[in-house]
Amino acid sequence: MKFSYFPGCSLKGTGRAYEESLFAVCRALGVEVQELDDWNCCGATAYMAVSEAAGYMMNTRNLALAERAPHDLLAPCSACYLSLKKTQHYIAEYPSIAEQATGALAAEKLTYAGKVAVRHPLEVLVKDVGLAAIKKAVKQPLTGLKVAPYYGCQIVRPFAEFDDQQNPVLMDKLLQALGAEVVRYPLKTRCCGGSLTGTIGEVGQRLSFILLNEAQRRGATCIATVCPLCQFNLDSYQAEISKQWSPVKMPVVYFTQLLGLALGLDAKSLGLHRCIVPLPPRAAPRQEVHA
Amino acid sequence: MKTKTNGEARIGFYVCHCGTNIAGVVNVAAVAEYAGKLPGVVVSRDYKYMCSDPGQELIQTDIKEHNLNRVVVASCSPLLHEHTFRTACEKGGLNPFCFQMVNIREHDSWVHDPGDPATEKAKALVRAAVKRVALHKPLEVKRTRIHPDVLVVGGGIAGIQAALTLANGSQNVYLVEREPTIGGHMAKFDKTFPTLDCAACILTPKMSAVAAHPNIKLWTYSEVVKVDGFVGNYKVQVRRNPRYVNEELCVGCAKCVDACVYKEEKFEDEFNEGLAKRKPVYLPFPQATPPVVVFDPDACIQLKTGKCKKSCLEACDRDAIIFDQKPETKEIEVGTIILATGFRTFDAGRLPQYGYGTLPNVYTSLQIERMVNASGPTDGHIMLKDGSKPKAVGIIHCIGSRDNRTNRWCSRVCCMYSMKLAHLIKQHTGAEVFNFYIDIRAPGKGYEEFYEKLQEEGVHFIRGRVAEVADWPLTKEEEGKLIIRVEDTLAGFVRRIPVDMVVLATGLEPQPDAQEVRRLFNISCSTEGWFLERHPKLAPVSTFTDGIFIAGCCQGPKDIPDTVAQAGAAAGEALSLINAGFIELEPNTSYVVADDCSGCKTCIPLCPYNAISRDEEKKKAVINEAICKGCGVCVAACPSGSIVQNLFTDDEIFSEIEAVLG
Repeated sequence: MKFSYFPGCSLKGTGRAYEESLFAVCRALGVEVQELDDWNCCGATAYMAVSEAAGYMMNTRNLALAERAPHDLLAPCSACYLSLKKTQHYIAEYPSIAEQATGALAAEKLTYAGKVAVRHPLEVLVKDVGLAAIKKAVKQPLTGLKVAPYYGCQIVRPFAEFDDQQNPVLMDKLLQALGAEVVRYPLKTRCCGGSLTGTIGEVGQRLSFILLNEAQRRGATCIATVCPLCQFNLDSYQAEISKQWSPVKMPVVYFTQLLGLALGLDAKSLGLHRCIVPLPPRAAPRQEVHA
Repeated sequence: MKTKTNGEARIGFYVCHCGTNIAGVVNVAAVAEYAGKLPGVVVSRDYKYMCSDPGQELIQTDIKEHNLNRVVVASCSPLLHEHTFRTACEKGGLNPFCFQMVNIREHDSWVHDPGDPATEKAKALVRAAVKRVALHKPLEVKRTRIHPDVLVVGGGIAGIQAALTLANGSQNVYLVEREPTIGGHMAKFDKTFPTLDCAACILTPKMSAVAAHPNIKLWTYSEVVKVDGFVGNYKVQVRRNPRYVNEELCVGCAKCVDACVYKEEKFEDEFNEGLAKRKPVYLPFPQATPPVVVFDPDACIQLKTGKCKKSCLEACDRDAIIFDQKPETKEIEVGTIILATGFRTFDAGRLPQYGYGTLPNVYTSLQIERMVNASGPTDGHIMLKDGSKPKAVGIIHCIGSRDNRTNRWCSRVCCMYSMKLAHLIKQHTGAEVFNFYIDIRAPGKGYEEFYEKLQEEGVHFIRGRVAEVADWPLTKEEEGKLIIRVEDTLAGFVRRIPVDMVVLATGLEPQPDAQEVRRLFNISCSTEGWFLERHPKLAPVSTFTDGIFIAGCCQGPKDIPDTVAQAGAAAGEALSLINAGFIELEPNTSYVVADDCSGCKTCIPLCPYNAISRDEEKKKAVINEAICKGCGVCVAACPSGSIVQNLFTDDEIFSEIEAVLG
């Protein structure tokens, strides 16, 4: 099983732990990952807001690069995933955008035929690798770990292709397969604050607070996320948030990190040391612990 | 009837101005002049309104004076006036089928600009008609008798109303209902809007009347499994599912229910929408009609394993229980059929954001109907799971309606029943009631007034589609509550409204097996599954299959008054056919020239109406003219060219093509 991989800026920066843990679990599960050569920025929300056309062109270039290999394209960052999906949708639906893209690509002697499939690692791990195979590979079940599964907004909306738009469940199933206890977390697709934490801090942080507070209220040990921006927002401002509203202390980890722990991988190789609010050691089972 | 058709064609031609509809675009005088020179045409005229009495008289007089034996009229669509002109020909002493109509309005003047090309097109169409009409042969209209009995499928209020109307008009009616009792959805309601009269009080007399009516044969727990034949002569098979009870003997005393080895009621009670339990043997509700118990084969120990002590048998002093009862198939003949198969409600679990099935105290509207009903699972008390009265209730409209992700249509009844429930909830509990709506749709008689009355009663109306029913409090006041998150689009901000109980106003959907049912009766369906009427305005209860009518929500969502009106209309349409005693069959049917038929059977499976069979003795195909609709599929498919269609013979069609081209 082999995939092309589009890291985007986050997985090389603030979301480095996501890349580290993704690589580690892919290696452990026999999934080959090949980083796209010469990839460029996906434009994310910022570019799309300034010039949609430029945003589409940037993504089409990445898609065209991916099409040179016969593999699906893995896009772990939710913003990248959505930008790529949105571009594919608009190019397929609107001939004028497709024409513009074709022209732009020609400058670099690239072509895009609309064939490459953009995939999120959550879908690939649960559906391609499969829960049965993962269950078999679990060495240290996450027994006793209470996890609030948090999906964020972008991987299911508006292109809900692999999970329910209102109530996604794939991560719930994965975490259960790892032996963790999944707490009912109805805010699983509610906004984390997105880029508001950087622009209008108080508004963004209040949105993060609601998510953290509710996970705490429901007795979660940690929040599991699929998105680098969600992880950053929820993890980074807990001191300020506690001062502003009420005390929160809630580790926020990538689902791949929890998967890695269950597979018996070393916490450091999963980038767990990069968390600002650390996952309590007893929640990260040690080698000798058996369920 | 004397007909003049022999010898040389003597054709009368008439072109209609249709006011300015045709004459404003086509040069009608030029068309008349042109037609007058065509071979066989002995008289050619243009006239302002051919369909008027003087126009028709013109034809009749000319037939006599000019000894015409063919007539062509160039005017509007044959759909509108072919019958008019055929009748005029007949009155003039001509066989009505020695007539041809040319549509130069819908096919010409309405779709082209004024000028020569439009006139040239009219001339070409006229040329073709004149050439083909010379080949027309006189045809006879055949009649077939109508069987006076009627089948009504579905025993909700629509089927009940249709059956009673027909039976009161002395027709024999078979009323077939799938459930163990008639009454349908209406039997579950407590009150009806906007009058707030008790649903049972107005429905149960009709249910009893059905059961008691000498002209109605009521078969509940039964399904139509096969339909053959055609208008006036349908042969129908009805399967009567075993209820393991002799209907003639059982009086519904329910002693067997009391005696059942299950002392507790353990199985989901469908009639109470899952809010109550019942035993394996049960009467769906006190006024069930017929008042006969039914055994649930998936719950009854005797039926499942054959190893029960059968205390019910001992308890029944009428020996009405028959554990080895088998399904029984009844064959009936009817002339007309009314389908009143109803709807199902939207499954609220499909919208997880509203918490149905996950959050306590989130109910569907039908569940609240049962709860507020005195004979319902809570004896008419609206209560929370813990038995207490709600202090605030939110009713969310349009659940599974007006939503691109689920169903796009408006279910038409939800605004009104939500207001009715709001009134009842307020009356029973004194709670604050909030309605969350997109638009209030109250277009019936007394409906808007009811809406106003509700506002005066202090029921809150908040315009906005609810985002979520949440159980994550942000304040102390919200703790333990269901929080309705909604954008109040009139106030212009996002609100969180804590309530104790949420009612989801679920919309109406076609029955899950609507497609199978429509195939069984050979009628059409919209893509959503609503049965398709013949014309949305002018034939709202007819279908494209003659003799089959539709009534009630199987055709689309509607309220009780509209349903009852439609049921009456369907019964009226059936009676109109029955009272005529016979139907006239269009003679444009096909027939097999037996000498040429090789008996290859190619045509048989192609016929969409199952009109063709094979005479096994003569090894030839035979077409039943009563069933044939004249579609021509068999004519085109016959490898030996041995099928001929009246009014569409090869000669007629080829001459028409030849003429139109040049």
